[in-house]
Amino acid sequence: MDGMQIASAVFLVLMLAFLFPRAKQMFFNSPKAESGDWNAVLLPLLGVVGFVMLLIWLVGQ
Amino acid sequence: MNNFNPSISTTSAVSINKVLRNTYLLLSFTLLFSALTAGVSMMLHVSHVVSLVCSFAAMGMIWFVLPRTANSSAGIGVVFAITGLLGFGLGPILNHYLALSNGPELIATSLGGTGIIFLALSGYVLTTKRDFSFMGGFLMVGLIIAILAMVANIFLQIPALSLALSSAIILIMSGFILFDTSRIINGGETNYVNATVSLYLSLYNIFVSLLHILGIFGGDD
Repeated sequence: MDGMQIASAVFLVLMLAFLFPRAKQMFFNSPKAESGDWNAVLLPLLGVVGFVMLLIWLVGQ
Repeated sequence: MNNFNPSISTTSAVSINKVLRNTYLLLSFTLLFSALTAGVSMMLHVSHVVSLVCSFAAMGMIWFVLPRTANSSAGIGVVFAITGLLGFGLGPILNHYLALSNGPELIATSLGGTGIIFLALSGYVLTTKRDFSFMGGFLMVGLIIAILAMVANIFLQIPALSLALSSAIILIMSGFILFDTSRIINGGETNYVNATVSLYLSLYNIFVSLLHILGIFGGDD
């Protein structure tokens, strides 16, 4: 384990410490999803997955 | 009784369009500036230690300086400083991929791919005008789980986990693009400085993760 790995871990832990209160607040105070909302999210995210797979296929040629 | 007031609605729409326009304008300038600092960093062949220090400095500015300056003109300078530092920190990573025989192709594909993902997701939100604010909590929880797994993988060094994390980061950041753009067009975010930094971080993380994935599948080292 070198110094870079330890420094990276410290960096990520600090990030976690900073993000955690905000995540907690956002998780409990975000508006609730209505019917069809998650479908509207899944469609573009599946598009992203398909696009990344296309890029992987292209660079693997 | 109908409470619709056309003057308020028009003012609000104009204000939202202004935030959106300013965000995209500032985002494009910061991306160019970031590319410039990344180029300088590549020419100087800075080390990974410098890269990590730049990331620490940029995160410090996001947490402690940006909240104090976001509502003043100094905020624009802070955004350039943050994006410049993050761009400078990219130098060693880009040099690593450039050393591969198909490195320039991998970098160009990642850059183009990131641009297409951003344009498609932004276009989707702008066209549908859906409110994605319900995603906020889930995205933050997903991000925290991903960061915890990253910390674990620093010690475990599992290549498959590293690949899974890059894939997860692309999905989470794509979600953040939907969330942030929807907040702008629905009036939830009225500060274009904060909106620019949020979108920039999503783009930055998608680019780095995509480069990592393409490097694994298409790298020839």
